[in-house]
Amino acid sequence: MAHPATAIDAEEIDQIVEAHCTLEGPLLPLLHALQEAFGYVPAQAHEPICKALNITRAELHGVISFYHDYRDKPAGRHVLKICRAEACQSVGSAALAEGLLAKLGLDWHGTTANGTVTVEPVYCLGLCACAPAAMMDDRVVGRVDAAKLDRLLAEAGA
Amino acid sequence: MKIYVPMDSAAKALGAEEVVAALREAAPEAEILRTGTRGMIWLEPLVEVEIDGVRHGFGPAEPGDVAGILDGSSTKALGPIEELDWMKRQTRLTFARVGVVDPLNLSDYAAHGGLEGLKRALPMSGQDIVDEVKASGLRGRGGAGFPTGIKWQTVHDADAPQKYIVCNADEGDSGTFADRMIMEGDPFTLIEGMAIAGLGVGATKGYVYLRSEYPDAIAVMTRAVQIARAQGVLGPDVLGSGRAFDMEIRKGAGAYVCGEETSLLNSLEGKRGVVRAKPPLPALEGFLGQPTVVNNVISLATVPVIFEKGAQFYADFGLGRSRGTVTLQIAGNVARGGLFETAFGISLGEVVNDLGGGSATGHPVKAVQVGGPLGAYMPVSKFDTPLGYEEFDAAGGLIGHAGLTVFDDTTDMLGMARFAMEFCAVESCGKCTPCRIGAVRGVETLDRIAEGDAEALPLLTDLCETMQDGSLCALGGFTPFPVMSAVTHFPDDFARLKEAAE
Repeated sequence: MAHPATAIDAEEIDQIVEAHCTLEGPLLPLLHALQEAFGYVPAQAHEPICKALNITRAELHGVISFYHDYRDKPAGRHVLKICRAEACQSVGSAALAEGLLAKLGLDWHGTTANGTVTVEPVYCLGLCACAPAAMMDDRVVGRVDAAKLDRLLAEAGA
Repeated sequence: MKIYVPMDSAAKALGAEEVVAALREAAPEAEILRTGTRGMIWLEPLVEVEIDGVRHGFGPAEPGDVAGILDGSSTKALGPIEELDWMKRQTRLTFARVGVVDPLNLSDYAAHGGLEGLKRALPMSGQDIVDEVKASGLRGRGGAGFPTGIKWQTVHDADAPQKYIVCNADEGDSGTFADRMIMEGDPFTLIEGMAIAGLGVGATKGYVYLRSEYPDAIAVMTRAVQIARAQGVLGPDVLGSGRAFDMEIRKGAGAYVCGEETSLLNSLEGKRGVVRAKPPLPALEGFLGQPTVVNNVISLATVPVIFEKGAQFYADFGLGRSRGTVTLQIAGNVARGGLFETAFGISLGEVVNDLGGGSATGHPVKAVQVGGPLGAYMPVSKFDTPLGYEEFDAAGGLIGHAGLTVFDDTTDMLGMARFAMEFCAVESCGKCTPCRIGAVRGVETLDRIAEGDAEALPLLTDLCETMQDGSLCALGGFTPFPVMSAVTHFPDDFARLKEAAE
């Protein structure tokens, strides 16, 4: 996920849009692909998407803003997701998350000052039998405690 | 030397990759095979070593245990896996291969009974296939428990140029992970089940709508579809039959409500994941307005074994109108958490205390939330309730996707009720007022109760009735289950604070 500084290349946007046009229901895969390439869905992509899929800017904005996954600006170099759902709460995830956010001086969705880590809530990672659970980028971690979180953050350079 | 280590994300989350690295270094000549998980999550990472053709378990393994595992002296030796009490007491039909086979090896899959169901279904007529599913008594495992065969019949009978099979793999409920486990541990079962569904109803195209929170499952399923296509299980000529079925994996985008079938269809079409009013049923007007079967992962993944062993074999398990097996997911504050597949009818108490071994903290169990965030909190006094759709309904709960989240006596039930409303407010799609506004008012009302406002409790009850009766889908309609069950069964947690304020 180390691409917040990627320059936005109009040609690359066009290629990604074009590659998804033949799918049935292309918009979500297309937005995922853009986010994969640039780290977020750049505003420069809005017009080409609307043109290719024949939808209005309002419709596109409606979709992008509906889903938690899509960003309109880059996240930190790493994204740490901490599960807030019931199974994790049953083993103390709420206090764990509060402690972490306080220590980093962040609120949910905040990014550390050095730009390394964005902390986000997630509602279930399917690791409910080894809770509390977290995920650093795509790497899952179970039975998380403060020490494990510290280690993850240190590895990420936060 | 043959060694098996799970690549399931629960095993990875507990350090399986580090154990594999240590094994590779200590025994470079050993053949290390990756599997799904057996479901005994408290023993993960669970390393299995084949000795005289029998797989012996060692767990929970850490890199430091590797030398002992290799020379057989490890104190973490569990003996033959199949002889463990947890394994012997199960009836593994849907999960028969999970933890046993290499998830991405199609010949391994076929060697363990895979593709037999599809081969049996291929010469059958669509109606015969639908009848077989009806006879099995299979009901939707996603939560609603609607008879799968009836749904298929509606799609079968519909006349349309294109029909679809959509697999709902948006497993967002806390306390559930069976979908993830089977997609990571035996993905071909789901593919085979979808292909049979396609033959049954006359659909040639399928989609798996898989949540983005499951990157490992997405990777395994995507690869499995490529392999199945390359080897002729999917494509224009399924297993040389001349009949077509193909499928795609689609990634969700982090919206809980998309686990509701109509909002899932909107999402799949590239729209906001708002709920659609029913009718029309998705079976008649589903994906892109065409007749569509929308089934949960476990429902579809159970279809192959029904065709392999016959509908009657499957229907012979179970209780009342709940036929076959239920895949219990034991989670939360529990000593032995994991997946346990058994015939319907086992009691809640047996699951929590006997299988689960009580709470992980050693404190007394206070409540078990059954069926995810929209399921009721069941108190210990209801532990004799048998796991069955009707039986749980009669006890004021729902089994949903059969996830059970255990809470110990330190849990503040008012806090859990508040969280249920907060979650509903965050995840509401916004289409209907009882859910969109009601959830926000619910949080406020619970805060008033917490501050000792005696007038707020009747308001909460009234609000919950409105949400239950007036919401379009289960998100707003079922959020009252956890809230009101907490109020009903744990009144002290709601009254205590009031007294303190007086």
